[in-house]
Amino acid sequence: MSALTQIAAVSVMNLRSLPQRIGTSSVVVIGIAGVVAVLISVLAMSTGFMRTLQKTGPENRAIVVRTGSSTELVSVLTNEAALTIADSAGVKKGSDGRPLASPETLLLVNLSKKDGEDASAPFRGLTQDGFAVHPEIKLTSGRMFQRGVNEMIVGKSAQRLYRGLDVGSEVKLFGATWTVVGTFESSGTGRESELVADKQTLNSAYQRGNGEQSIWVVLDGQGGFQTFKDSITTNPQLQVEVSTEKDYGTQQASTISSILKIVAYVVGGIMAVGAIFGALNTMYSAVSARSREIATLRAIGFGPVPVVISVFVEALLLALIGGSIGALIAWLMFNGHSVDTLGGGFGGQLIFDLAVTPALVALGIIWACAIGVIGGLFPAIRAARLPVATALRAV
Amino acid sequence: MKYFVLIWAGLWRKKTRTTLTMLSIVVAFLLFGLLQGINQGIKQGSTDTGNHRLWTAARMSSVSSMAASLMDRMLTVKGVRQIAHISFFGGYFQDSKNAVSAFATNVDKLAILYPELNITPAQVAAMQSTRPGALIGRPLAKKYGWKVGDKIPLGTTIWTNNDGNNNWAFDIVGIFDPSPQFEKSPLGSAFWINYDYWDEARKFDKHRVHEFFVQIDDPQRAAEISAQIDKLTENSPEETRTQTENSALQSQLKQLADINFIANSIVGAVMFTLLFLTANTMMQSVRERIPELAVLKTLGFTGGKVSILILIESLLLCIFAAGVGLALSSVFVKLIPILGPSRLLPIVVISGLGIAVALAIVSGLPPALRAQRLNIVDALAGR
Repeated sequence: MSALTQIAAVSVMNLRSLPQRIGTSSVVVIGIAGVVAVLISVLAMSTGFMRTLQKTGPENRAIVVRTGSSTELVSVLTNEAALTIADSAGVKKGSDGRPLASPETLLLVNLSKKDGEDASAPFRGLTQDGFAVHPEIKLTSGRMFQRGVNEMIVGKSAQRLYRGLDVGSEVKLFGATWTVVGTFESSGTGRESELVADKQTLNSAYQRGNGEQSIWVVLDGQGGFQTFKDSITTNPQLQVEVSTEKDYGTQQASTISSILKIVAYVVGGIMAVGAIFGALNTMYSAVSARSREIATLRAIGFGPVPVVISVFVEALLLALIGGSIGALIAWLMFNGHSVDTLGGGFGGQLIFDLAVTPALVALGIIWACAIGVIGGLFPAIRAARLPVATALRAV
Repeated sequence: MKYFVLIWAGLWRKKTRTTLTMLSIVVAFLLFGLLQGINQGIKQGSTDTGNHRLWTAARMSSVSSMAASLMDRMLTVKGVRQIAHISFFGGYFQDSKNAVSAFATNVDKLAILYPELNITPAQVAAMQSTRPGALIGRPLAKKYGWKVGDKIPLGTTIWTNNDGNNNWAFDIVGIFDPSPQFEKSPLGSAFWINYDYWDEARKFDKHRVHEFFVQIDDPQRAAEISAQIDKLTENSPEETRTQTENSALQSQLKQLADINFIANSIVGAVMFTLLFLTANTMMQSVRERIPELAVLKTLGFTGGKVSILILIESLLLCIFAAGVGLALSSVFVKLIPILGPSRLLPIVVISGLGIAVALAIVSGLPPALRAQRLNIVDALAGR
């Protein structure tokens, strides 16, 4: 018999006897399923968070904040600066010939979540131009706010998270009463976690004066960003920083996202060590249960390699089953599951969905296989070294 | 006790299996100790003195400012002893990526409210005589190698000074050594500057602060005093919210994540998988020993006694390994940089051992019952 046929024969024979060892085998499967489920779930949080903040609208946009400001919340821009920025080269013009630029203010307000905890909801002030710059913001119910009246529209995620944001309800803020007049969606971007009102109305309610915190502009064509960046960074009167919408989102997401990754790898790593011990245990007992069979095979001329490989095949198969179950659990329980967290820096509460991506599932399966291989290694060596005569006599 | 040798020998009948099972339990309880240690630590609050201190912030959001004059009105509330206040400077050193957590404060009161920071009277006096002075925590001083006497240029993302730019400079007049609990907290590694000097020199938002720290004489009355403080601004555009320091820290962390839920889910998953492992080990170990158990019964051991021997063996395995795991976690929990505990709380240890006992009983009971029902003749015959 060739080596390959030997390997195939021994492996298949071994797998057929697997049902007899179902008790011990399930230890590997369940152990690995636990590791993979936890690993994927926590990483799905990190991925979902990053994905929401990186998601952009249909337009190619950039954001301008004051130099050194890590988020819009701590940035301040004067009206004059805002006008200069809007008129800079590289900004696309709207159908009416005016630049597509949206000066915005952003502040945090304390609202009660439906579970009773308090959270800081981002409250944004927009001008009418804001909706031309962010065409993905679409009303799904109610109507648009009016200028000069304390009215706001709320993102659909915010409406789900907080108490009392249904259309028609009243919210007490800054010692005044605000009415929720509409709900909007924005194709899954972070803005769905926000409340939006007229910029000037919001500024005067908050006694902030007439400045803005950031300017969002639509870029003109392919080289638009570079042209725009050059024109505002070379202007000595402006002390501002510009980033593309995507880069800004990545930067906002990076801290929380990497903390979650560390948690996933540390907790998953510790659990994996435990699972390796479990797998070793199972594979050792599988080898010892098969010792008569292995000794017989060796006695009738099978080499040690097919025996070693059969142990590995068993370990890998169990690991794959465990990994798939773990991934399935994570996917069933958490994919699309909505959670909220503080959005990095001084940002407000961001609501996002966990994302169990194919890449995460693949990573989970790789971890499962690694645990299986390590767990199978030493038992396989023991199987190969099994002294034939003693093993045959022992039973 | 006279059966200890017997149980011990049974436990180590297969050294590899017992060792591997123990290691798995150790790892599982290490994780349990770490996660629940952090979780319970956050629940209970990091300091015992934390309940003597209230934090008052703008109700609207913790980044909104409040009129500094509110302090005088707050001092009229019965039970309030001292008040310190802080304002965020949002500083950075050289590059905006090197954030330095700088706060403006009234240092004399801060030193009283936070004895944990170990700010000496001499340092307070130095701050009062040097208006652009700064006191910095030892961890920050180490990070940048700053010494007393250095003039440190700080940029800020928020504040323009009267010269119309964002470049500020402060003279370090003292370096304080916070207690170990405060070494990792923002207060312990902060860059403290004089509020009076800074408020004069900044261009906007003058006479306003971001947070008040209130010392009260009786922690039992914390809720009552908090309510009275918040009453001062009720129905004004600038309502406040007052909480004890511990609950303020908790709610900050809760905004970050539902740590309780995450910790409990992971621990649940770990314990569930562990149950299978130990149950399997005990089951296998008893199955292999059936002839030996039959011999014990032949010698006169009752069914009950044999099953108790097996249960004790299971308890020994689980509790010993769980103890090792918890001991390890009490070492590692100190390394975690979070506003958590620097030691494992007794409740974590007790609940951990409780789970270990439950684990031992659940996994030891089925094989124990099997041993109890063992028919001597069949068992000896290998049927």
